Amino acid sequence: MDTYYHPPDLARFPEVGKDAPELWAKFLVWYNAVFAEGALTEREKALIALAVSHAVQCPYCIDAYTTGSLEKGATPEQMTEAVHVASAIRGGASLVHAVQMRNRIEKIGM
Amino acid sequence: MALPTLINTRSPLATPTAQRARLESLPLARTFEEALGDAGLAGLTRASVRVLQINLGKRCNQACHHCHVDAGPDRTEVMPDAIVEAVLAALERSTIPTLDITGGAPELHPRFRDLVSRAKAMGRHVMDRCNLTITTLPSYADLPEFMAAHRVEIVASLPSYAAAQTDRQRGEGVFESSIEALRRLNALGYGREGTGLPLNLVTNPVGAFLPASQAALERDWKRELKRRHGIEFNRLFTITNMPISRYLDWLEHTGNLETYMQKLVQAFNPATVEGLMCRDTISVGWDGRLFDCDFNQMLDLPVDPRGPRSVADLLMTPTRLVHPVVTGPHCFGCTAGAGSSCGGATIREA
Repeated sequence: MDTYYHPPDLARFPEVGKDAPELWAKFLVWYNAVFAEGALTEREKALIALAVSHAVQCPYCIDAYTTGSLEKGATPEQMTEAVHVASAIRGGASLVHAVQMRNRIEKIGM
Repeated sequence: MALPTLINTRSPLATPTAQRARLESLPLARTFEEALGDAGLAGLTRASVRVLQINLGKRCNQACHHCHVDAGPDRTEVMPDAIVEAVLAALERSTIPTLDITGGAPELHPRFRDLVSRAKAMGRHVMDRCNLTITTLPSYADLPEFMAAHRVEIVASLPSYAAAQTDRQRGEGVFESSIEALRRLNALGYGREGTGLPLNLVTNPVGAFLPASQAALERDWKRELKRRHGIEFNRLFTITNMPISRYLDWLEHTGNLETYMQKLVQAFNPATVEGLMCRDTISVGWDGRLFDCDFNQMLDLPVDPRGPRSVADLLMTPTRLVHPVVTGPHCFGCTAGAGSSCGGATIREA
């Protein structure tokens, strides 16, 4: 093994259920319900999943939801914009902490 | 710009034999017959023939990356006159309601217009599987008027409403030319409500993945083609790319073949089987031989030898062709997800 991440491991995801089958079954029911068409379309949910996959930097999820978004009819342009949304929130989340920095500067500075 | 055909580049996958051998060599979880059996379904048979689909040959003004026919400008195989006459004779003696014409670019065949006129004179519904760009060539400029005058249903290929994706699959400049063709067809009444001139579009994924929901895509396409280009059409058909010929070659060269085939097998959906086109269509090759579908034709898998084998034999048994359908690993392409056929998904959503 020369890396922690192996593409074939994605297909082995169900093995996680071996030592906790009831929890795995509950997870699957919940997961499938989450991605079913509801107030949001399946495509919108796939694009959210794709964006979050980048935010949490999960290579398995990026592979799965790139294919998933295409198979729900998303275009490469829409998918790229979704990743920009995730990236902007990540960047903004760092930057907004600068307010805390400024609070501290004001508290301990002269 | 036309891309080279597999035949022209002497690709190892240029022959049907090599393609079948490559597909059979893949380590798939189960065979197509096993998948049917596991779902409690018997082997495929044809109930009756409602569509006579004829392939006029491999000549085409385009050479798309995904073409399962390996069609192109350098191909010379076209249906001889005698076979065209046999098709018309078989159609006349039968009660088959629909003649579905494909290719290559079928309109390039010198007998195309004669075939259409005579089939229409018999009162049959005629469908033309059109690549759109053919109508922008100077020698074929009056084709849209001819089609409209004969009330031909046009089923036109356009993989995406975005130029970049369409051109990536079908060649540089194809999108612009296709839009020009669609505008002309719209101007004649094609795709407009109430004209009785159906213009249906066909989209297939630009890559190694399954098509999206046909209903959802149709909504997007209607909105976007109208908004961007003022174009209207009737229905959108989604078609799964079949692992045959140039698409098979592309899968092989990009390292996607095994995972794509596994995806098709994994996505096998028994509910698609009832609507498969091989259940009510018979396919005639450019040489007059009969096949269960255009895909079997390209893999050189003729119909069960116990029944009629050529279009001339159809004169004896016009619509009853109940022998088993010949199947193989490629059949998983028509049964994956919502299914796939020349009329799009075989499972219709609300």
